[in-house]
Amino acid sequence: MTSARRDEVMGHRATPARRPPPAGAGPLAWVRANLFSSPLNAALTLVGVWITWTAAYAIVDWALVRAVFTGSDGSACAKEGAGACWPFVTAKLDQFIYGRYPAAERWRADLTMALFAAGLAGVMIPGVPRKGWIAAFLLIAFPAIAYVLLTGGHFGLAVVETEMWGGLLVTLVVAVVGIVASFPIALALALGRRSRLPFVRWSSIGFIELVRGVPLITMLFMASVMLPLFLPEGVTFDKLARALIGVALFEGAYLAEVIRGGLQAIPRGQYEAADALGLSYPQKIGLVVMPQALRLVIPGIVNSFIALFKDTSLVLIIGLFDLLGIVQQAVSSDTTWLSPSTPLTGYVFAGFVFWVFCFGMSRYAQRIERRLDEGQHR
Amino acid sequence: MVKMHTARDGARHTVPARPRRGLRDLAYDPTTRGIVLQVLLVLALLALGAEIVSNALTNLEKQNIASGFGFLERTAGFDISQTLIDYANTSSYGRAFWVGLLNTLLVAGLGILISTVIGFVIGMARLSSNWLIARLAGVYVEILRNIPPLLMLFAIYFAVLKSLPLPRDSLTLPLSSYLNVRGLTIPKPIWLDGIGIVVAALVASVIAALALKGWAARRRAATGHGFPAVGIGLALVAAAPAIAWVMTGFPVAFDMPQMGRFNVTGGLTLLPEFVALLVGLSLYTAAFIAEIVRAGIAGVAKGQKEAAAALGLSRRQAMRLVVVPQAMRIIIPPLTNQYLNLTKNSSLAVAIGYPDLVHVFAGTVLNQTSQAIEVIAITMAVYLLLSVVTSLLMNWFNARMALVER
Repeated sequence: MTSARRDEVMGHRATPARRPPPAGAGPLAWVRANLFSSPLNAALTLVGVWITWTAAYAIVDWALVRAVFTGSDGSACAKEGAGACWPFVTAKLDQFIYGRYPAAERWRADLTMALFAAGLAGVMIPGVPRKGWIAAFLLIAFPAIAYVLLTGGHFGLAVVETEMWGGLLVTLVVAVVGIVASFPIALALALGRRSRLPFVRWSSIGFIELVRGVPLITMLFMASVMLPLFLPEGVTFDKLARALIGVALFEGAYLAEVIRGGLQAIPRGQYEAADALGLSYPQKIGLVVMPQALRLVIPGIVNSFIALFKDTSLVLIIGLFDLLGIVQQAVSSDTTWLSPSTPLTGYVFAGFVFWVFCFGMSRYAQRIERRLDEGQHR
Repeated sequence: MVKMHTARDGARHTVPARPRRGLRDLAYDPTTRGIVLQVLLVLALLALGAEIVSNALTNLEKQNIASGFGFLERTAGFDISQTLIDYANTSSYGRAFWVGLLNTLLVAGLGILISTVIGFVIGMARLSSNWLIARLAGVYVEILRNIPPLLMLFAIYFAVLKSLPLPRDSLTLPLSSYLNVRGLTIPKPIWLDGIGIVVAALVASVIAALALKGWAARRRAATGHGFPAVGIGLALVAAAPAIAWVMTGFPVAFDMPQMGRFNVTGGLTLLPEFVALLVGLSLYTAAFIAEIVRAGIAGVAKGQKEAAAALGLSRRQAMRLVVVPQAMRIIIPPLTNQYLNLTKNSSLAVAIGYPDLVHVFAGTVLNQTSQAIEVIAITMAVYLLLSVVTSLLMNWFNARMALVER
């Protein structure tokens, strides 16, 4: 008996083969699954295409097609329908980076930024040996070198008043000094908040919550108008130093909360083990708890650094010229470059610089987070 | 050898030592150390405080600055461009404070509403199965949250709103609104007699709908029978004020803006500063809220969605009954932070000249009176109070939403 015959006798009948399912791979299938899976999705896709097209068209049109690329003053950009005014940015670039820092001394600012970039790269890139030493250099030696280089007055370097500083230089100085100076404050506050001594705990909580409850602007106002009243006669700080004090206190409170998060994540057993070994409190914190806690909160620290980096722009309100401040000054009061398209060009340039820094750092924080996560799932 | 030593040492330790409270023991006693440390801290803080107060008194006297809060009663003598309550330049500094505070609350309140709506939409869009929409939402978030909010305000205010045409060439928008460099002019509603009845109907219907929902929930818990409380409630809230609206004969009129030869007259003009601040803060905060919403919904365990599907719930039901209530628990605490950030960021108003609390009070009033300590202290206290009140409200809401563990 053939098998077909047997099926017939037993009541089996071969059903005709179904059509193969639509291809699960290939660009067409991908488009169908991700863009046109339902009528609603198809409509959304069309809206999305329209938004993308409009935005891309507007950007290319403004930044390239209608843009002005050459010229020596605002009249070149003042013509009807002109897009971006790029010669404004190239002409002002030095000012945007250094402010009024004397041209002959700008190598000092360059050297400082290069040293910082090298040190930061050493700490941030995984696999670079002797990270501890590099970090120590960044936290201890570098601030001193940077101070001497930027302000001058020693080793035959001409003195450059902080009023001459500006642009990206000030943005970086405020952000870096802010984070470095706030670190010890934050450590003390975080440990204080978790202390079992009631007065220490309550004064830490009071400071942290007070600072976190008010806007940075009021802290900066406080540092710029109230601080001089609190100092004894004859002691004065320049404007930049006062802003730095305000920023460091502000950032200290935020960073303290980040570090506290790390401290809370350390299992109790670690504290108890340190106690059992007979370690003193500083040994326990310095050798056992802190190294683990800080490792956990690296992403949090980077994120609060991003926030601080964006917040540095507020110093323009108390009269310092950071990157945004100097761009704002150039677009609003430089009559040479007066044109309808100058302001937007200036803001787009400043926005792009801020964006590159912040986006880069946020990506770095995400990578670290993933690496830490991998370490957790063994 | 070693063993013997250990044993001997051990034996020595087990000999009960005479309890001796020498100075050395006291120095190593944790309680004593704690007390000494705290006393030192108190003394240091007191010394710092005393130093500050004495310096401040000396400096104030030297610079002839008055102290105390008497200045609040004095005439302000300056005008404010947007006032929600009666104010003239003959009003007092105290009145100017309230004007500034109300302007802050106005922009913060509206900003919270708008940023929440945009943020939830973008956050949902990021999780969309539509690749393009998800990408666009991602681009929005990554661009907006990596740019200083102050820069956005400048771009909106100086580059966009300040380059708008003069009033005589105003742009005409739908609903007979006009946009020009002086601001956005929209029809101004004028409440006539009988609006009170409409408002009362609205309030009553909201209360009735809430009561209905409570009753339906209790009935379902007791008997298992469902009741379409949400639909009926919504219908009630929509219908009652509408009926009252018709019965009282449409108690609202609009003051329509009129395009004159040189200017727009009538209507309600929103200052460009206000528009820039509101738009900038809302867009910026929305990027953060979108991330929070995305993280919250993605944070609901996958098994929950699968369990909902296994129970036969539709995707909408699964979202409404299973995913969103659990996601809200993850979302609310960081959302509170964003609301507080928005409120605090509204102080950026000072940079573009919107008359908020910082601009009016910590700016103009401070400059005129020079009473830095009092003015800054009051300003900080207000923000602190706003933070505390918002946190308490959100904590209460959070407690209601929290998982009730068995």
